Formats: sequence, C-alpha cells, structure tokens
Amino acid sequence: MFPAGFDYHAPQSVADAVKLLGKLGPEAKLLAGGHSLLPMMKLRFAEPAHLVDLGRIAELRGISESGKEIRIGAMTTEHELLNSKLLADKVPLLVEGAGWIADPQVRYKGTIGGDISHGDPANDQPALMLALDASFVLTGPKGERVVKADGYFLGLYSTQLAEDEILTQIRIPVPPAGSGWSYQKLKRKTGDFATAATAVMLQMKGKSVAKASIALTNAGPTALKAREAEASLAGKPIDEASLAEAARLAMSICQPTPDQRGDDEYKRAMCGEMTRRALEAAHARAKG
Amino acid sequence: MANARKVSFTLNGKPVEVSVEPRELLITTLRERLAHTGPHIGCETSHCGACTVDLNEMSVKSCTVLAVQCEGAQITTIEGMEQGGALHALQQAFHEEHGLQCGYCTPGMITRAYRLLKENPNPSEQEIRSGISGNLCRCTGYQNIVKAVQSAAKKLAAAG
Repeated sequence: MFPAGFDYHAPQSVADAVKLLGKLGPEAKLLAGGHSLLPMMKLRFAEPAHLVDLGRIAELRGISESGKEIRIGAMTTEHELLNSKLLADKVPLLVEGAGWIADPQVRYKGTIGGDISHGDPANDQPALMLALDASFVLTGPKGERVVKADGYFLGLYSTQLAEDEILTQIRIPVPPAGSGWSYQKLKRKTGDFATAATAVMLQMKGKSVAKASIALTNAGPTALKAREAEASLAGKPIDEASLAEAARLAMSICQPTPDQRGDDEYKRAMCGEMTRRALEAAHARAKG
Repeated sequence: MANARKVSFTLNGKPVEVSVEPRELLITTLRERLAHTGPHIGCETSHCGACTVDLNEMSVKSCTVLAVQCEGAQITTIEGMEQGGALHALQQAFHEEHGLQCGYCTPGMITRAYRLLKENPNPSEQEIRSGISGNLCRCTGYQNIVKAVQSAAKKLAAAG
C-alpha cells in the first residue's frame, strides 16, 4: 500500500521551510509525525506532489516556560508531552490528555502541531487546546501571527492556517494554582478515536465555581467549546443538579456523525456522561 | 525510479545505503531491499504493531514511516536483538514463558518491549500492558507475553 509519488524535501530551518512552501505552492503538504497524513496518502485520500518534512528542524521541538505561559514547539511529540516534568507540574491536563492519544508507537511520532493542524475533530489536542485557552504561532512569508485556539478550527480538516504558513509554536497560559483538570475519553480500544471525550479546566472559589472551561472532542465538525455549559456553572457548587444541567447543555451543542462507534443519540449521551465525569474529576482535584 | 534518492542509516549496528523513491515505506525497504524480514506487515495501517522497529530510540511502526525520513538514523530490528549468538533476554523469556503461538506479532512485540524496558526497567503489570497496547496478538490473550516481559525485566536487572 504505497502513497502516490511525490517529491520529498527536508528543510533544516523554519525560514527554509516557509521559503519552500512559497515556492512549491498548494501542491505541497507539511509532514509532521505522519500518522494522519501518511495513512491518508496510502488510501489516496491525499495526493500531494511535494512533502515538506518538518522533522529536521530542531527549533520546532521542546517545551519551555516563558513568563506566565508554557511554550511548546509544534514538532514536540505526544510522547514528549506525556513524559514532561514541566507539563506535569504546570499543565497536567496536557499530560493526562496525551496519555489517551493513540498508542505508544504513534505517540513517539505524532506531534502536538500535527494533531492540532490536521483539523480533525476526532483528534484530542484541539479540545485540550480550547480548554486550556491556548494560542498558536503561525509563521509565514510575512512573519508571525498569533491566533487563539478558540476560533482556529473552522470545519472538518479546515483551520485558520494558510497554505503558505506553518504552525510553529503552541502557547498555553499557566493555569492558576489550585485549578482542577480532567480529560475523560470513551473509546472502544487502544488506538481508536473517541466515541466522545471532554476536556475540563476548573477554578473553584470556596464551594462555588469561579471559572469552568469545557471542550468536546469528536462531537461535531470541529472541537467544540461548550460555552453555555460553562456559563451555567458560574457561581454554583458542583452537585448533581449543576452537573446534570452542564451535561445537558454540552449535549445540546453536539452534532456527532453516526458511525460504527454509535448513532447520534448514543454519542450525544456519551458526550454528556464524559462531561459530567470530567467535571467531577476536575472538581476533586481543584483547590479553591 | 523517477525520483529515487540515496538514504544512509545504521541497521543493527551496520551502515547501509539504499536508493529509494520518497513514497517507499520503511517496512518495504527493510524487507525487500535489505532482506530483513523479521518485522512483519500486518495491517499496514499503523494499528497492529507487527512492523514495529526501534528508530533513534523510539518504537515506531515502520509501515507509517518513509525510508527517506531515516537519513542518518539508528535502526534496530528483531534481527539485531541477538548478540554474539546468544538470544536477548526478551527472546529467551518469550521462549520460556510461551509468549507466542503463531509468532506473527512476536518480532514487533519484542522490539517494542525492548524500548519499554530501556525506559522503564521495572514496569508494573499495568505499565507493561499499556506499554505494549500498540501491538496486537490474536493468539495468546497476552497473559504469557506479559509474563515474558516481567521475566526478562528481572533477568536484565539481575545482570545489571
């Protein structure tokens, strides 16, 4: 099972990669970890004439702290996220989320930037990024622009990333001390996409919710921010009534695609359940 | 080949050079050009893990890596596990614990377990199970595979 023929390019710097993209035009695709693109190419769903491999660009890797944010190079692998002490300390949601992605071999190759920019709502990073209020650095011929995760995902396989741009860095504001977190994912087996999954960040003030951030995986054409569910929790305690209402509101924005993982009704119900569980788990971890 | 290019890497400690089209998958290069048929083609869709090899200290599914991505890489396959005629502790343990039946998944399973034990020399049963969760076995039910990895971990630890 071979992909269709293409030319391969392996630039050593972001500047060279941007130049190459400009020269090769829309027939070129960026190769990150390759675990979404290569399977699509083998099935001939994608037949780019050129692959620009970002794997040789050292500046695109690594996790660091800069002021009040965590900066992650786009070619940092899911395996590296999972094993990062800095992330475990500052953004544990990302470590928990990475552990739910695919399987060990895929995590060695799969990258956070590829996961985000593939634009697949079944991928896990888009919802994690929404829950964490992340921003993305997009580098193109005119330089860099920084865009919010909220608004980046436009539709199935469609994001704000322009054809001549590269997602180079992910910036995550360090959540306030005492924040609770959880990523709850229902999947049939290791390596499967989510039947439903919910990412939650939660800040408590005493017994009441100060701020809730809720995002849904594989519940529509993009990852979804569950704004009404978030708003419904503000100022309330986490109890059966508030959890049920937040779950109901999260379910109300779902537009799941029926497939072998379940029909609309089942996936919607599971989205509600994952939301309820993620809020409960985040609440148990939050210190208000 | 229209746009073949030369790629050099180290395979089981020996330098090799091949001429490949960019679209050629690493598993194909290993099996058909370099006669390393230990890594198997199972699903060819990066699900089953039968094609797992060790690439620059990572377990990867070689059906989802291009050979051209491997310039300068260090690659170890099941053929590189044996040293000086002696089986690797994992190979010996799979034999002793009956960690295989048909054997199709075994090269990938052992190569994956090799990296798992390098990163975590004393894994719990749960860590072994999640560590090999990218490798499917349709015969054993995994029980004896887990036992084999536990047994090899003990022997490797004792050997220092």
